[in-house]
Amino acid sequence: MPPPGLLNSLEAVTINVAAFLITMALFGVYVASLGHNPLDVYYVLWLGSFARQISVESTLTNAAPLMLTALCTAIPARAGLLVIGGEGALVVGGVATVLAGVALSGAPFLLGVAVMALAGALAGGLWIGFAGALRQYRGVNETISTLLLNYIAIAVMYHLITGPIRDWDRVLKTSSWSIPQELRVGPLPFIDVHWGLATGVVICLILWIIMRRTTFGFGVDILGGNPRAAQMAGLPINRMVVLCCFIGGAGAGLAGSFEVMAVHGFASESLAVGFGYAGILVAFLSRQNPAAIIVLAILLGGVTASGGLLQRRFDLPDATTQVLQGVLFLVVLASNAAYGRLSLFQPAAWRTT
Amino acid sequence: MTHLPDPAKKPPPKVEIWKLTKRFGSFTALDEVSFKIAPGRFHALLGENGAGKSTLVKCLMGTYRADGGSVVLDAAEVEISSPRAAQRLGLGMVYQHFTLVPSMTVAENLVLGDPDLTQVIDWPAQRASLEAFLADMPFRLDLDRLVSSLSAGEKQKLEILKQLRLGSRLLILDEPTSVLTPDEADQILGLMRRLTDEGRISVVLISHKLREVEAYADEVTVLRQGKLVGQGRVADLSRDDMVRMMVGDEPPAQVSARESSGEGAVMLDVQALCVDNDKGLPAVRDLDLQVRAGEIVGVAGISGNGQTEFVEVLAGQRAIAGGQPVVAGEPYHRTRTEMRARGIKLLPEAPLQNACVRGMSVAENLSLRRFDEAPMSRAGFWLNRRAMRARATELIAQFRVKTQGPDAPIETLSGGNVQRTVLARELADGANLLIVQNPCFGLDLKAVAEIRQRIVEARNGGTAVLLLSEDLDEILELSDRILVMSEGRIVYETTRDAARVQDIGRHMAQEGA
Repeated sequence: MPPPGLLNSLEAVTINVAAFLITMALFGVYVASLGHNPLDVYYVLWLGSFARQISVESTLTNAAPLMLTALCTAIPARAGLLVIGGEGALVVGGVATVLAGVALSGAPFLLGVAVMALAGALAGGLWIGFAGALRQYRGVNETISTLLLNYIAIAVMYHLITGPIRDWDRVLKTSSWSIPQELRVGPLPFIDVHWGLATGVVICLILWIIMRRTTFGFGVDILGGNPRAAQMAGLPINRMVVLCCFIGGAGAGLAGSFEVMAVHGFASESLAVGFGYAGILVAFLSRQNPAAIIVLAILLGGVTASGGLLQRRFDLPDATTQVLQGVLFLVVLASNAAYGRLSLFQPAAWRTT
Repeated sequence: MTHLPDPAKKPPPKVEIWKLTKRFGSFTALDEVSFKIAPGRFHALLGENGAGKSTLVKCLMGTYRADGGSVVLDAAEVEISSPRAAQRLGLGMVYQHFTLVPSMTVAENLVLGDPDLTQVIDWPAQRASLEAFLADMPFRLDLDRLVSSLSAGEKQKLEILKQLRLGSRLLILDEPTSVLTPDEADQILGLMRRLTDEGRISVVLISHKLREVEAYADEVTVLRQGKLVGQGRVADLSRDDMVRMMVGDEPPAQVSARESSGEGAVMLDVQALCVDNDKGLPAVRDLDLQVRAGEIVGVAGISGNGQTEFVEVLAGQRAIAGGQPVVAGEPYHRTRTEMRARGIKLLPEAPLQNACVRGMSVAENLSLRRFDEAPMSRAGFWLNRRAMRARATELIAQFRVKTQGPDAPIETLSGGNVQRTVLARELADGANLLIVQNPCFGLDLKAVAEIRQRIVEARNGGTAVLLLSEDLDEILELSDRILVMSEGRIVYETTRDAARVQDIGRHMAQEGA
């Protein structure tokens, strides 16, 4: 019998590839209905995402926040929770980063960036950790609460950027104060992608190791696998759940930090453009495996990146990439039903006693 | 008069199973097994865990496709490609694990399996027909009760009623009486006997209780390691013959002698404990109970009298409504630290659901109690999976767990081996207090003897054992003191020597206290 871990991985790869192909077929039907040749559209998708250096850079820039927001769903999911609050955590993380950055004007670069990143992570972590605490101590469903917290976060941001922290000099775009120019984070060496990408990759890898190799990760897997067994083993379930939520929220908050520090320089409606929701998709695709998140965030980043080119070349509606993402999301959710149904991947099919 | 659907038109089929074979990879789970069931016979299928009984039955029910051989019904070879096909052929199965919808009433559950059900249900007509149907049965269930409020025993009855209602002509009963009181078991098997005598159905009974086989079955077929090892008329076989066929020449392990223990210290002290069930209604009411080191306290009772809720409290799976259990003289808050320091171990019922993580391997499940200690982790942080596997390999050998290896997922193990795995984990480091619920539910003779022996050994070693069981024989065999639990209270207490089945049974059945 092949090792069960290998079976699980093969199962996930097979199902995801199938889901991706089905999505592309459905998307092909959609563009064909608009009078375009699907093959041309696929080619432009490739062109806009991975074919050239500039498209790769654009893909990776989009992938960076996705890696971090995916953690917001993936880490709590390992403990058995369905958290969809990545968008809100990213927004509060971004706002906290602005506040920290403004307060730190004049600070040395490394210190300033470190404090801003910590502020973003802490804000996002507390935001989602609060939802985890509500669930454990007050019985509030975490999916509902994080969904509502998204709206609250965005509303709070709008309140702040239209009043208390508004930059009145910027007329065309309502936005907050800007962080000092000298605290802006630049691109990585050799490639025009900001440091959020490297941070995302490193954090995903660290969490992958923590979830696989430490007693904490093992305890979380027990809890996610069977809460009753976790109770019987006397594990500190409340603390574990809140901590998982905190870690996930901190990831999304950090995504907000880098959007501010490296991309925008301030908080505005551009923070809430759906990275948090797309992160849910990445988490589902990766089966909550932080290492797989890296790969799938890049794939989805490619879809986002090629959107502009796609729309210009074929004069497609603005919502086209959202259609593609939405279809992908639905197909992936539907394909979750296939887990455990393909007998080839079931340990039971190999059972001999 | 009978009200079963069309009993006269369709007599039970003549069943011939011919060289039925089922392989999983290189392993042959069922090896050319042949036997016949004449119409209206009560046929018993005996065998140890993993002997191939379940595989055989699953082939008959269309859950598995046989790799060889055939099933002949009334001289026509049939292909049983799905459970639905089996149902159409009049083959029905009463599962060990219940297949009822808990949120629906008894009546709804009885109706929902009907393949001819109309889109709009004519409830008055259905009810009338259900009432008539029930009138013919030796046990009654209130049609309007929710299934979730039924005890395990009542659910089993409902399963059987459902199959009869669906018009199954050959009824397969998988360990049907494990959860029933002796009286209920006799009632159900008596009903089966009556129905077979009247020629209305044939029955295949999977059981380990030789008493039941002797009392009710006409014929017996014995499997061992996938092969047919004996068959015959029950009347011609002695109990010893059947045991020998089941286990081979190797005699089952004997439960080891009890060493008399002195008066041990009180390990578990429960005073005025109150616990609510899932609906917030009191399940355990002012329960008082003590267990001393070196004794087994057996708690008898019909299922659904608060035993499960009580065990869940001790396992940390349920909140306490009042009272505070005391273990080894200190209040017990059910934390990992306390469990470890005081040696509190549990073997709950349905261990796969209550004490294991399905997706994890045997080795990981064996590590649930100690994964954060050396040598299975360094500094309480880094896991050492190699040490986990090494220890698992040891425990697997020591407790004779049948598995493909420490890395096999726990859900690929048979029920008895899951039980052994959990017991291995709980007893490996010694236990000061062991809480056990229905440890032998649905296990074969050998596994039962082995698990009971482990429990007695633990007791002899000074462990305080609290045993909750619905199997009165088990309580009588193992306990030093016997308590009876009814409606969430202890209503009767006696000692091993003074125990009388009639007294215990009377208190089990009493309503209220």
